[in-house]
Amino acid sequence: MILFERVTKRYPNGREALRAATFSIDRGEMVFLTGRSGAGKSTVLKLIAMLERPTRGTVLVNGQNLGAMKSRHLPAYRRTLGVVFQEHRLLDDRPVFDNVALPLVVAGTSVAETGKRVRAALDQVGLLGKERMLPNELSVGEQQRVGIARAVVVKPAVLIANEPTGNLDPDLSVEVMKLFKRFQDVGVTVIIATHDLHVVHEFGQRTIVLDDGQVQGRAETPLPSMTASR
Amino acid sequence: MAGYLTHHAQSLVGSVGRLARAPFATALTVLVIALALALPLALGLFVSNAMSAAGGFTGAVDVSAYFKPGVALGRVQQLAQSARSRAGVAAVEVISSDAGLKEFQQYSGFGTALQALGANPLPHVLHVRPAAAASTPGDLDGLKRYLSAWPEVDLVQIDAQWVLRFNAILDLLRRVLGIGALFLGAGVLGVIGNTIRLEIQGRRPEIEVVRLVGGSTGFIRRPFLYTGMLYGFGGAVLAWGMVETAVLVLRKPMADLAQLYGSSYTLSGPALAQVGVVLAAGLGLGWLGAWLAAARHLRGIEPRA
Repeated sequence: MILFERVTKRYPNGREALRAATFSIDRGEMVFLTGRSGAGKSTVLKLIAMLERPTRGTVLVNGQNLGAMKSRHLPAYRRTLGVVFQEHRLLDDRPVFDNVALPLVVAGTSVAETGKRVRAALDQVGLLGKERMLPNELSVGEQQRVGIARAVVVKPAVLIANEPTGNLDPDLSVEVMKLFKRFQDVGVTVIIATHDLHVVHEFGQRTIVLDDGQVQGRAETPLPSMTASR
Repeated sequence: MAGYLTHHAQSLVGSVGRLARAPFATALTVLVIALALALPLALGLFVSNAMSAAGGFTGAVDVSAYFKPGVALGRVQQLAQSARSRAGVAAVEVISSDAGLKEFQQYSGFGTALQALGANPLPHVLHVRPAAAASTPGDLDGLKRYLSAWPEVDLVQIDAQWVLRFNAILDLLRRVLGIGALFLGAGVLGVIGNTIRLEIQGRRPEIEVVRLVGGSTGFIRRPFLYTGMLYGFGGAVLAWGMVETAVLVLRKPMADLAQLYGSSYTLSGPALAQVGVVLAAGLGLGWLGAWLAAARHLRGIEPRA
């Protein structure tokens, strides 16, 4: 369960990226965040990933108040998340296996378990057999799938993706979104920031529209569940 | 626990690999560290060798009592006997004025000139050698007062002033060594810290990703600490090698020089304890330099979304 309650985020340059934004996302739900550039989509993801802290308001993720979280607890919290970027952020000098294994190495997983889970994650994204290849030997779509495998290898409770189809053609975009849908089907909460309305319509999931830092329209998830979690 | 140890091993192997992939830069850094560590090690070795050499000289301290003209040799022999019975005296030798003149003629090169003198101008002399355990400046002063109290004695001279001065110089050198080691250690910290800073900057994208997937600061810092320790240890080993090589090169000519002065002294290489101190200092400075650089520069690196 993710809850944003009257969340405002003001950056040091004075710009308010979010203004009293309130919405909630249920556990195991797949949600699209849409809106124009600068609407606040990335800021929502940054707040969930604890790359930023809210200026005002409350952000709750699985019962944890992120605004009050101590810095020393950040690494453990981030290990419960999977994050996918538009530009992959793969380590170019490491093979696919090492890139996908990175979150497991960070978590101190044993070598045998790491091997098993990396191969399982690569199998899920259709890249089994390409473990030894370097990222720049793969196509853009394959690189994006490596990024997704790295995000899901830790079996995250929440998967967030920022414009994951931004560099992909329509067919590949649909393929990547199908992957996200499969993760949602096994209980992962998936939040995707995108301005690709074609993909949004294709998958018919709930959409949170942001405009100038504010949520447009009514919150589609019932507010009582927000109140109950407090 | 297994995962933790595995990451330590991976960090160490990764650090070795990164250093090996840039051999020229690595060699230059290690060389600079080695020079900074070799200087205090070499100076320390010089001081310990000089102390060892001076230790031999200390045993050769003599107190000479010069008798007044006209004192009979028999009286001198009597006084020598009483000096021998004094505690703290190892040996007493009487050099008569005739024996002294003969020796002087033989070694001074003024034999012909001395023959021109009508009478022997040299006095009888007593050489008193204190026991090794009674050679402190206080002991020597007591012995001097004892000999000076004899009315037949004209002058008492302690032939150890130069040894005392030499020891004072060595003491000064030891202090200079301590101060120099501090400054050079700070230099090693600076070199390692700067090298690690550059490596952190070069690996910024990787650090951002590791932070994003939940890597703690300790996890991110670990490979840099191993790199720092490898630099420090490598520099210390090279410093040791440089000093051992210098000792090997200098040992023969130094032994030849000592032989000319009638000494069997040979130059010693660094003792095991000295090597241990240098290796530990290299490791410690490497770790500390890397830790300081990591603490300073990792703080500002946060992932971007």
